[in-house]
Amino acid sequence: MPHLKKEFQVKAGDFVHAGKGSMQIQSTLKTIGYDPEIIRRASICAYESEMNIVMHGGDGTIYLTVDDRWIIIEACDDGVGIEDIELAFKEGYSTALEEHQEMGFGAGMGLPNIKKNADSVKVNSSKNKGTYINMFFRTDKNHG
Amino acid sequence: MDSDKTPAIRLADVKEILNAEVVVGHDRLDTEVTGGAASDLMSDILRNTKEGALLLTGLNSVQVIHTSVIAGMAGVVFVRGKRPNDDVMAIAREHNLPILTTEFNMYSSCGRLYSKGLKSIR
Repeated sequence: MPHLKKEFQVKAGDFVHAGKGSMQIQSTLKTIGYDPEIIRRASICAYESEMNIVMHGGDGTIYLTVDDRWIIIEACDDGVGIEDIELAFKEGYSTALEEHQEMGFGAGMGLPNIKKNADSVKVNSSKNKGTYINMFFRTDKNHG
Repeated sequence: MDSDKTPAIRLADVKEILNAEVVVGHDRLDTEVTGGAASDLMSDILRNTKEGALLLTGLNSVQVIHTSVIAGMAGVVFVRGKRPNDDVMAIAREHNLPILTTEFNMYSSCGRLYSKGLKSIR
């Protein structure tokens, strides 16, 4: 079983490169050879959190950790933080700007979609204290 | 109603049905398409995805390509004659993601594909 840890830097406001880290995560998971369905769920969560960092985060880092039972994706940033975490998980709730919506994002669907796709999610954040999101995907049932 | 057995639709069929121009992925027109999705909101696409689906969009940005790669799309059709800029094309080439453009608008494009048997991803 593979064990690895990789990190990807994400820059605030860098919409052109937003998604590159997630695509590298996707390709790393494909190389390891996981089931396509779990790769897809993990990649979507990585991408949603990468977009969140670019839109709201200040600079941040995404970590990918793989061990025999889990794929773990952590997204950390030093941005504005989330004032009301429960509200942020409500579909349609958004603090995004018009420019984010012009990019096809910022519709208040990021965190709800992360919750839908990850086996478990933990969020640590408060106003102006940055955000830390930990997403777990259980692989021992899925990895041949 | 999606259980109807209709012949597989390939990117080459999409090209013909939409009278589309292939701008990236000429060598991948044999790829089968598993369903259709249409949106300018990438969040919608990430919310409801299906491996190997076709994305129709009027949004012209690199995020369309990133979203399609992450969601495992078979290809992207830009509607209303939108031509992706060089950055968008370069990223699509890098990821080997087929890109087509059609003069038809979103509504007509979807209608044409649907009537030829390409069902919604849901």
